[in-house]
Amino acid sequence: MPTLFDKIWDSHLVARRADGRDLIYIDRHVLHELHGPHAFEKLAKANRGVRRPDLTFSMQDHTIATKPGRDDTTNADGAPFLRAMREGSARHGIRIFDLGDPEQGISHVVAPELGMVLPGATHAVPDSHACTVGGLGALAFGVGTTELEHVLATQVLASRRPKRMRIRLDGRLADQVGAKDVALRIIADIGLDGARGYAVEYAGAVAGAMAIESRLTLCNLAIEMGARSGFVAPDDTTFSWIAGRPWAPQGAQWDQALASWQDLVSDPDAQFESDIAIDCQDLEPQITWGTDPSQTIAVSGRVPDPDHAPSDRRQAMRRALDYMGLTPGTPIAGLPVDRVFIGSCTNARLPDLIAAAAVARGRRVAEGVVAMVVPGSSTVKREAEAAGLDRIFRDAGFFWGESGCSMCTGGNGDRGDAGERCVSTTNRNFENRQGPGVRTHLVGPAMAAAAAVAGRIVDVRRLGEGA
Amino acid sequence: MQKFTRLTGVAVPLIRDDVNTDEITPIQIARQLKPDYAELLFMRARRRLDDSLDPDFVLNKPQFQRPAILVTGRNFGCGSSRESAVWAMLAVGIRCIVAKSFADIYRENCLQNGVLPVELGDADADALSRRVVAADGAVYFTADLEAQRISGPGGPDVIFEISAADRLRLLEGLDDIGLTLRHEAEIAAFEARVRGERPWQQTAADSRRSSER
Repeated sequence: MPTLFDKIWDSHLVARRADGRDLIYIDRHVLHELHGPHAFEKLAKANRGVRRPDLTFSMQDHTIATKPGRDDTTNADGAPFLRAMREGSARHGIRIFDLGDPEQGISHVVAPELGMVLPGATHAVPDSHACTVGGLGALAFGVGTTELEHVLATQVLASRRPKRMRIRLDGRLADQVGAKDVALRIIADIGLDGARGYAVEYAGAVAGAMAIESRLTLCNLAIEMGARSGFVAPDDTTFSWIAGRPWAPQGAQWDQALASWQDLVSDPDAQFESDIAIDCQDLEPQITWGTDPSQTIAVSGRVPDPDHAPSDRRQAMRRALDYMGLTPGTPIAGLPVDRVFIGSCTNARLPDLIAAAAVARGRRVAEGVVAMVVPGSSTVKREAEAAGLDRIFRDAGFFWGESGCSMCTGGNGDRGDAGERCVSTTNRNFENRQGPGVRTHLVGPAMAAAAAVAGRIVDVRRLGEGA
Repeated sequence: MQKFTRLTGVAVPLIRDDVNTDEITPIQIARQLKPDYAELLFMRARRRLDDSLDPDFVLNKPQFQRPAILVTGRNFGCGSSRESAVWAMLAVGIRCIVAKSFADIYRENCLQNGVLPVELGDADADALSRRVVAADGAVYFTADLEAQRISGPGGPDVIFEISAADRLRLLEGLDDIGLTLRHEAEIAAFEARVRGERPWQQTAADSRRSSER
């Protein structure tokens, strides 16, 4: 009868507060330097401590420089954040993944790859992309700073129970079509607030066939349709991916955990308040044309015409066209590109970099294009270098950086210039996000690499044709 | 947390859907741990690319220099979880936001800071928006949480719904952590129980370190 969401929620329900909110126990809490320092300060003011520093981790990711040889001064603006995070973490006995740590990286990449976050566990991060780790079958919540302080002090989140949605992804993905394309398509279909108030379970053949890294990408974008959380039921793919990771349970405890994880599925007769099916069989590579992730078309498509759109969308579409410097009816493929960014918690895990490198191999970044690759974690960077991917990117003319959030938010100084068209593997194409006036198009990693070498937006499946 | 009972002042119309937190409080070029939140509010929308003030942006207009209530469209505050997007509202005096809907995290951040998030149905929201545009900052509107009512020029009072718990929390200015800490014994009991049933959830250890010992 219960859904997977209900099973995880109910097994973490500590109490119901007098005001009707559920107190949900948080198994793993990961902070970052943008919001951590404020929460530490508020705790100090209220004379409160951290209840479970042993279940709390600190990550330096948002403001950290990506330049090789970086230190605190490389991005001077970030230094006060890095220092405050370091001091607060030390004061409370929280393990910090600091600059120079071999396992530093973007929290949503590091927590899964180290096996910190586990199937059936709850996870909180003061960042809206916390939902990424739902790819392992964990229930994750993005929270604000005051909620972060709340979790530090109490290890629980006081929350109203979300509604349940299932998105069944049917069919089989074509070559060069991946989780990013699926996620963008879903958002385009159900809208920017289509999952507002819901915890979303991604299901169906497509989700089941995805590698874990792809499921992490899929869940990463759950927030972009307003979801409270997004996840995929863990299966043998999940269990074998986690087995042996350093922070995962070992030995007898692993056996016990594995046995308990078998129950982490929605029951066959489980009820969802919303149950959607999306056919992915003929899905093409997707790309955003506008200024939010729902403004997505296939790469073979044309920039849409507001006059042919529902009336309540026209105003937003016209504004987006103006910001993006586009005319309705223009084929999206062929638009010249100034900048390419491959990175972020969305698409900077090893398979993403492999897919991009396969396109970059033996080619050159087009004249006038600035192209960056920023691995999602220092571990990903090391593994990519062991596989020779850094050489492929460097030989092709890409910048190869140290791990961090980088140009996803531009919070570390990596950003574009006004008017530039930037093809990016990140999660938000909002106005000014990658720099004032920067025009962002979201794509998957192979499409981004293709844009870099072609110097224009191109269907990666047609790269080399007629060029 | 500051209590919210009743607020009377200038209502600002920002009649658009999907206003995201990157717009509300953009990431600055020169970033500070403690920025001027009033300056940060809609920083990019307020200014043109050459950094001059855009006189057409609503919050730059002289009649909206002391705002109290913001009236907007659907899915307000979507995107990043940054709480600065609420702190910046407070910094300029906005303590009530009326929208067709709010992004979940943003709404929660409002409640945590004594900002009243009012959700109205489309018809009520559209009618109120028209009245706020017509008033153009010259006549005040009032948001009354006790009566769950918005009143102002140009039409009848608008009744809104809010859960009893959220209402009480705002009216009393309740400290959320304090509310939860009343359940400390239950939290401890939960931890003890899970240590027995699902021990891997109650310990996080790097197995490489423990094996070195």
